Formats: sequence, structure tokens, C-alpha cells
Amino acid sequence: MNFAYDFDWSVLWRDPYGVMLIKGLGMTIFLGISAWIIAMAVGIAVGTLRITKYRLLRMIGTAYVEVFRNIPLLVQMFFWFYAGPMLFGETLSRQINRLDGLAIYVSIIGLGLYTASRIAEHLRAGFASISKDQYHAVLSTGMTQVQMYRYVIIPYALRLTIPPLTTEFLTVFKNTSIVMTIGVAELTFQSYQIDAETFHGLEATTGAMFIYLLLGMTVVKFMDLVERKYKIQGLMGR
Amino acid sequence: MFDVIGRNFVFLMGGLLTTFELAILALAGGIGLGMLVGLARLSKNPWIYYPITAYVNLLRNIPLILVIFWFYFVMPIITGDAMAPFPAAVIAFVIFEATYFGEIFRAGYQTISKDLTAAAFSTGMTYSQTARYILIPIAFKRMAPSLITQSIVTFQDTSLAFVIGLTELVRRSSIVDNMEVRSIELYGFAAFVYFIVCYTGSQISLYYENKAREVNLI
Repeated sequence: MNFAYDFDWSVLWRDPYGVMLIKGLGMTIFLGISAWIIAMAVGIAVGTLRITKYRLLRMIGTAYVEVFRNIPLLVQMFFWFYAGPMLFGETLSRQINRLDGLAIYVSIIGLGLYTASRIAEHLRAGFASISKDQYHAVLSTGMTQVQMYRYVIIPYALRLTIPPLTTEFLTVFKNTSIVMTIGVAELTFQSYQIDAETFHGLEATTGAMFIYLLLGMTVVKFMDLVERKYKIQGLMGR
Repeated sequence: MFDVIGRNFVFLMGGLLTTFELAILALAGGIGLGMLVGLARLSKNPWIYYPITAYVNLLRNIPLILVIFWFYFVMPIITGDAMAPFPAAVIAFVIFEATYFGEIFRAGYQTISKDLTAAAFSTGMTYSQTARYILIPIAFKRMAPSLITQSIVTFQDTSLAFVIGLTELVRRSSIVDNMEVRSIELYGFAAFVYFIVCYTGSQISLYYENKAREVNLI
């Protein structure tokens, strides 16, 4: 029990480690925003597929969500990165593997497609959480099906879906950390790299935590305002 | 083509067992702690509300990989001894997942009308009785789909223990891949195994969601 640990917090700003963390944060933000754009576009499309009245489209939407949601992101990343190029045959796969920044492209696409399945699912859950009485009440006022969705169900579902979408927006930045395993130099990768070079991983990861925290707080503050503005009255609150 | 799976089947399945062990401990700890965290997040007592809210907001803003690394680095300093990946992973997962389950329970408690809790208090129930007999059971039922979904996420999250060298399914797939370079088969197989487990889970979640809707709980 004589484990002595000398804290050295200077790994957070000392040359070259301070710059490594900043560069890592830059990469994290870049990956997160790029992936989110893909995710929202694909996610809304897939979510809409799932509530159309055409069976085939619904099945495609469902299959997409089930496949991407039920496989860990880490496994998806490994598959796209290691096995993905192999799927194109030997000659083409060699060219793909020589691509500059291949890991970054794989990260953005992999993360975007994965997050899309989650966004699609949240939208569906929003529809599902609305009581049948509400549908009946709306129809009894003489609204048509289209009007019911357009004016009551969709706005209500979106308001109910704000908290999970907030989580999802946060999650996309946090999930970027997974691509450290395929060698992309984002924030977590850099803090682990500092550990490899200095053996002061505790300080480096603590520093990285606070950087993620600041990033997350910014997103949460913004989404809190959105949530408060669209709060539904009469449900139990604090 | 898939002979690489056959030759390493026992090795890979040993990894799946580790995955299950980690997931079960993480879920038991995470859900148990999460119920209390959810209540604390609605508490009017500032000494409970603010520390728990800080804990939840801190952990929910940090990637799980980083939390795993952090516990892996900090545990030796606390215990004075190098720590095996498995116990370090269990501790990191329970503390991390409890914040997610806590928010699900909070959302569940919040769907409960104030009239119902007021009615419970008016019968003379104390706060802890109201929580135990009214809030938690109703939240559990209403949130069953979300709870199962989060359990599936937790199960998938266990793959991240890869980074501290826990030899679970993904780590073992990558060990075999390093020797035999059969990425399509190995990661395809790992994906397939996770898919089977998680898809089954998501179908169960769907069943509860439909059942709840039938009796108009949601």
C-alpha cells in the first residue's frame, strides 16, 4: 500500500500536449457536426418511411433502424474500417486503403448512419407516446387525417421528442470518441496519447473530461431554452 | 470462407460470456442506482437536488470511453494496486449507466399527474411510501420500453471495455483478425451475434410498448 502518485497537471498545457488537446477538440467538433448533418437528413427520411402507409417503405425503414441500432457502434466502425474496403475487391480495396484520411471519412459516414437510426427511432417513439384519446378527440372535431398529423400529432410529438434529441445531439459528440480505436486523433485519442508519452493519463483524461463537459454544457443550455419554450403544460414537473 | 469462425468458435464465445457478465452487473447496478437518481433529480431539497444533478450532468456529458479510461487510471491510485480490467469496467459502467437510467426514471415520474401524487399524500402516505408504491411502479411500467432500450444500449456499450484490454467479444475478434486477417468474417460475425441479442431485446421492448398502449397507459 505504498503507491505514490505525483500529480503533474502541466501535461494539460505544456508543449506539445496543450496543443494536442486543442487539436483533438477541433477534430471532435468537426466529426460531430459533419456526422450530425448526415444523421438528421438520413434520420428524418428513415423516420418518415416508418410511418407511411406503404408496407414496403415501412419495411425498409424498419430494417435500417434495426440493423444500425442493434450492433455496437464500435463493431460498425471496425467493420467499415477494416472490412469495408475489402468488400470492393482486391484492386479497388488497395486504392481505398491508400486514401489520405480514410479513417476520418469512415468515422463521419459510420457515425452519421448510426445516429440516423437513433433519430428515426426517437421520432417514431414520439408518435407512439401520444394517447389514443388524443387522436380520437382530434378526429371528433372534424379534422381530416392529414390535418390531424399536420396540426396536432406532429407538433406534439416533436415537443415530446426534444429531450431525446438533445441527448442525441450530445451523444454524437461523445460518440466521436469511439473513432480513437481506428486511429483518428480526436480528443480522447489525444488524452490517451498523452498518457502513452508521459504516464500522466489521469490528469490528461480529467482535462479531456472538462473539455467535453464545456462542450456538452453549451449544447444543454441551448436545448434547455428550446425545451422550456415548448414545454407541455399540466404534466408533472419540478 | 467462414471456417475462421469455426476454428475460433470457443475462443470467441468465451468473449461473449465476458460481455454478458459485464452487462448483467452493469444493468443491476445501473438500474438500482438509477431509480434513486431519478427521484433525487425531482427532489425539492437543494442538498439532494444539486449534487445529484451535477453528477448526472457531468457523467452524461462525457464519453463512456473516457470514463472507462479515467476509472482505469484512478483505481490504482485509490487502491494502491494495479486493477484488472473487469472490476474497473464494472465500476465505470454502474456509475455511468445510473445517470442514464436515472433520467429515464425522472421522465417516467414526470409523466405522472400531480393529482395522483396529491391523492397519495392525502391518504396519509409519506413521501417514501408514495415513491415506493406509486411513483416507481408506474414509472417502471410506463418506461419499460425505454428501460429495455437503455439496457440494450448498455449491452452494446460493454464492447467499449475493449479499450482497457478486457477480452470480451470484440477484443477477441480483433485478436483473431490480427493473426488471420479475415475482417469481413470476424467483424461480420461479431455484428451478427450482437444483432441477435439486441434484436430479441428490442422485440421484447416493442411488446411492452404495445401492451401499455392497449391498456392506455401511455
